[in-house]
Amino acid sequence: MSDLLAARSQMAVSLAFHIVFAVVGIGMPVLMVVAEWRYLKTGEKLFLELAKRWSKGTAVMFAVGAVSGTILSFELGLLWPRFMKFAGAIIGMPFSLEGFAFFVEAIFLGVYLYGWNRISPRAHLVAGMLVAISGCLSGIFVVIANAWMNSPTGFALVSGQLVNIDPLAAMANPAAFSQTLHMTLAAYAATGLAVAGIHAALLLRNPANAFHRRALTVALLVGGPAAILQPFSGDLSARFVARYQPVKLAAAEGHFETARSVPLLIGGWPDMAERTTRYALRIPYGLSLLAFGDPHAEVKGLEQVPPEDWPHVPTVHLAFQIMVGLGIYLALVSLWAAVLAWRKRDLVGNRLLLRALVVATPLGFVAIEAGWLVTEVGRQPWIIHGVLRTADAVTPMPGLVVPFAAFTLLYVALAAAVVWLLRRQISQSPDVAEIGSALPQATPGA
Amino acid sequence: MPEPTLAVLLGAALMLSLNAYVLLGGADFGGGVWDLLASGARKDRQRALVAEAIGPIWEANHVWLILVVVLLFTCFPPAFALLSVALHIPFTLVLIGIVLRGAAFTFRTYDTQRDDAQRRWGRLFAAASLVTPVLLGVAVGTIAAGDVGPPAGSFVSGYVRPWLRPFPLAVGGLALVLFAYLAAVYLTLEAPDRPLQDDFRLRAMGTGAAALGLAALSLALAHEAAPPVWQMLFASDWAIALHLATGLAAVTALVALWRRRWAVARAAAALQVSCILWGWALSQYPYLVPPHYTVAAAAAPAVTLRLVLVALCLGALVLFPSLYYLFRVFKTPAHDGAPFRVPGIADAPRNHPTSPAPVDCGRHRCSAHRERRSAR
Repeated sequence: MSDLLAARSQMAVSLAFHIVFAVVGIGMPVLMVVAEWRYLKTGEKLFLELAKRWSKGTAVMFAVGAVSGTILSFELGLLWPRFMKFAGAIIGMPFSLEGFAFFVEAIFLGVYLYGWNRISPRAHLVAGMLVAISGCLSGIFVVIANAWMNSPTGFALVSGQLVNIDPLAAMANPAAFSQTLHMTLAAYAATGLAVAGIHAALLLRNPANAFHRRALTVALLVGGPAAILQPFSGDLSARFVARYQPVKLAAAEGHFETARSVPLLIGGWPDMAERTTRYALRIPYGLSLLAFGDPHAEVKGLEQVPPEDWPHVPTVHLAFQIMVGLGIYLALVSLWAAVLAWRKRDLVGNRLLLRALVVATPLGFVAIEAGWLVTEVGRQPWIIHGVLRTADAVTPMPGLVVPFAAFTLLYVALAAAVVWLLRRQISQSPDVAEIGSALPQATPGA
Repeated sequence: MPEPTLAVLLGAALMLSLNAYVLLGGADFGGGVWDLLASGARKDRQRALVAEAIGPIWEANHVWLILVVVLLFTCFPPAFALLSVALHIPFTLVLIGIVLRGAAFTFRTYDTQRDDAQRRWGRLFAAASLVTPVLLGVAVGTIAAGDVGPPAGSFVSGYVRPWLRPFPLAVGGLALVLFAYLAAVYLTLEAPDRPLQDDFRLRAMGTGAAALGLAALSLALAHEAAPPVWQMLFASDWAIALHLATGLAAVTALVALWRRRWAVARAAAALQVSCILWGWALSQYPYLVPPHYTVAAAAAPAVTLRLVLVALCLGALVLFPSLYYLFRVFKTPAHDGAPFRVPGIADAPRNHPTSPAPVDCGRHRCSAHRERRSAR
């Protein structure tokens, strides 16, 4: 394994790991706050119990997200020192803002988790809301920095020297809006539907459980709308990529030759030797229409740049198909639930919907991982699109396979521990009758 | 004294963040050390006190480190790049330590309260708390010695030998002892009763004395390893004032511990550790990473520095009231006698004395305090 590949792998594993916890850290606080708000509104103890249980899961996920995010902030330098030397002054600004958002998040999460008996119910709810807001802002700031790597602005290069640095223009880069919108919606959709799926599974076993019924409603309220909006935000992202990163779009679509009236390819496998994508379902004019709103628009193919400047096409294409396919599945299931709810049908009575939700549990996260593969692998061989190559940014430190292996082991161990802990928490379904009468702080112990 | 240029102001902000991290995050690591070294009849209660003290605040305290890193790469990008290359190995080990410490602590809080599970996570939490401060200190020592540079020669001579030397290791030991010292001093203030207070009083005095020894050792080694720093620490005009302030704070802390004035001891210990940190920073000024980058040479363009300064000022307006609130909620002892319950561990029978003793809150008008004083 070359050092460059080891560094890229370590970064990929770190991001793939962190993104799950970051997303849960954005989504779960909203669920807790909605549940707690329902409790304050209705006085129903079940909602309080729900907020408390969800907050325990959040505590575990947030801690792992915080420490794995720390790894990433160091890894920017440990793996890509030349990138940071070049970009730090331009793109450090959103990271600084993220630092403050993260501060607020950590402070009020501490208040929320440990403050149940220490502050007034209203102050406690406000603390939860601050966690939810700052969590969302943290995510947005970090994604803005990533968007800059896709569409770098706010500086000029004059004979290799950086001039006219403008950090605000860098933050207002053209990818920022579509990318932050897409990621934020993804966070709410993935978290909400994962939680909905877990409670749907428990409801399949015990449809009368009022605790899980309420949990399902809250989770769908948070995840459903985001999942339904996500295809539209994805369309916005695709139009952006078509204009600013045509190579990435071509790789995602497996589109080799620049042409007009290009069909949309669904599925299939890019044959790199023959420069064609085989076995795909073709929708005539689809890509021209989706990318530029004109069925006869010209869409640039991979051939616009020499093959050594292509990303790994099969990976990007496959990841893109997975992301889009799963996104559509989640949107359709959410739409189905929305229609049933609108017609005032009992969602829990519809076992087919519950099964569809159970299937959806991990899919939002799979879609997010696939989406990150598209945006990160699709940008290669560049670390800053068109400006700095990944190979030129890597650290000179030899033997990078060792830290790669060490961090991979660490993540596997952490993931195993988290799964084990959450399984225990989830499997202890509360007895509804007991909650009705028992103290609110009754928590299952040893 | 440094000219207050933009770069120097941001360098000072960076040092202030590091100072906050050392006083707050450092003490959380120190808490882990006391978890590891819990002993005697009140072993379990010592551990429970540590867990309660750091539970609500460690994540917020940890963010100071993120702020240090972010300020470094935004305002001084070439220095960040150089440090990341030359100190790749210690930083990687620091990261592993940070991850294991934080994760194990949280897992322990939310895992089953069975003894074996608690012990397993506790051991990991404590071991990681022990190793991480040493490596952070090693990194500081390597920087102070001027041994951070573009790696040359073999792997060992480029990436290992610069930091695996007596001076950085002594600074690493000093960092560990200082963190443990801070934690012990803070815990005297948070302990609910006399026996537990005395446990940590003894630990605070022990580590306070050890810190003096290790500081002396580091200084002695600095003569050979970091001559410019050594020179500045003895020759510059502010050096005497700094040494006096450090010494005075150290003596005040020890005397206050002896006389059980916990709040005074806390302030003095925090001042003492801050003096040591700023002594290092001032003694290597104008260098950020000697001998390669001065603060001015490593600084980002003025437009970036100005924006970050504005962001810091606005951020501080949000941050400090929030932090004040956090510490007011959790670090003011409850007066109603209801013990503060940690989720998870709160269910453990070993956690709290069934009848909490009057709480010393450091306030003279506090009724519990007055009763204790009159009893004495």
